[in-house]
Amino acid sequence: MSDRRRFLSTLVIPAVASLPASLRAAAKPWQPAELAEGAAAEGYLESIPGKVPLIKRSYRPPNFETPIDYFKEPITRNDAFFVRYHLAGIPQAIDAKAWRLKVGGDAARQSAEYTFEQLRHDFDPVELVAVCQCSGNRRGMFQPHVQGVEWGVGAMGNARWKGVRLKDILDKAGLSDKAVEVAFDGADGPAMASTPDFVKSIPVDRAMAEGTIVAYEMNGKPLPHFNGFPARLIVAGWTGTYWMKHLTSIEARTTPQGGFWMNPAYRIPANTFHVDPFPTQATAANQPITDIVVNSLVTSIRDGQRVKRGDMVDIAGVAWDGGRGIRDVEVSMDDGQSWVLALLGKDLGPYSFRTFSHRFRVGDAAPVVRVRAYNNRGDTQVEKLIFNPAGYHHNVVQRIRLEVV
Amino acid sequence: MGARWIAIAASAASLVVVAAWAGEEKVKLKEGPGLPLVRANCVACHSLDYIPLNSPFLDHKGWEATVTKMVKAYGAPIKPEDQGPIADYLAANYGKK
Repeated sequence: MSDRRRFLSTLVIPAVASLPASLRAAAKPWQPAELAEGAAAEGYLESIPGKVPLIKRSYRPPNFETPIDYFKEPITRNDAFFVRYHLAGIPQAIDAKAWRLKVGGDAARQSAEYTFEQLRHDFDPVELVAVCQCSGNRRGMFQPHVQGVEWGVGAMGNARWKGVRLKDILDKAGLSDKAVEVAFDGADGPAMASTPDFVKSIPVDRAMAEGTIVAYEMNGKPLPHFNGFPARLIVAGWTGTYWMKHLTSIEARTTPQGGFWMNPAYRIPANTFHVDPFPTQATAANQPITDIVVNSLVTSIRDGQRVKRGDMVDIAGVAWDGGRGIRDVEVSMDDGQSWVLALLGKDLGPYSFRTFSHRFRVGDAAPVVRVRAYNNRGDTQVEKLIFNPAGYHHNVVQRIRLEVV
Repeated sequence: MGARWIAIAASAASLVVVAAWAGEEKVKLKEGPGLPLVRANCVACHSLDYIPLNSPFLDHKGWEATVTKMVKAYGAPIKPEDQGPIADYLAANYGKK
């Protein structure tokens, strides 16, 4: 063993959190070049309980992003799954034995309250694989920049969720014909009483859909605290804002849910994106964000990476959408002049990441790699950003330049 | 000003039990006029890294609108006479170049 090897093997790597700022910069993960200077500087690796070091966006409320290497697998590890909160009033821990889920509302014939054990045993369990993606994933890459949590590419994750159908819970309560929305609240809340609590609603047809479940397991384990322990809502296909964590209340409503978090927050301009409607909340100018637009992420190569002439290079990553399922992923090595179909990996269901790969030999010209996914409806990614002030639905085709050496 | 910051943080903490995790003490904002006001008014609800995180792309008007949003949409109890100096600090230190 060389001296250098010996040195490395005995070197104790201190926890990132205890490093001084100058050394913490060395723990900087790969981040998109488009991020604003301040966002890039604040995005260093940091540890929070139960998680591997994640990219810190903000400490309180905690917003932590998954580093790109964890997306090399189609299922995202629980301890690497991103963390997103709006408000800082988060319980330090929740006792599943003391937790209760209230079901009621003016569109429910009867109200009920379930313990964690009842939730698990009174209903048939179901499982599905689904992407949880923050509405603002890639917001930090908007040009011009818009305000908010300046996410890179990792405010998302894909997990196998186990729980009970929301439909079964609502059927047991007895849903009135006049029900228009179902609203949700969680155990977390604001730091000050004057700040609006985070309450969200979905249309009643979405609430009754197969892909909408109250999940109590994630990848075969209890939910991590920061991902909503002991139970959270899964609205497969729709963005993470509806996936209420630490779920405590389900309210069937005959009227649309009001409040800051439904309007003006989480709005997209009307008639701009090819997405699900939300009729009871739409205005002439805008509608709530709904399903995830088709997208892909290359995980095997980075912009500026050096390759050798004659090398075999893999272009691999994941593609996903809001539940139509991925039909094709196309890859170009010549900046979009010609495209070939990538190989698709195992189909884990329409709401899941779908892996793709394409291997090519590097020639004389410097490859400029582009990748675009298509869903089964024929939707594809955009060439040019569809700007919107809240920074949603960034699915611009990536452009990755390789340098031939 | 330092004492005032502590008083506001303490009164906020008495309203709701807010979980705290280590780390945010590492956030260091730039020194400048208005910094104590920023600390006193912003830290009760969120860590101060939200400020550099959103920089440097907001102009003075953008930071003013942000302070207004904190008051009107999020219910931050910032005195009207403090809102201008806070926006001035944010624009001077974390504003669009």
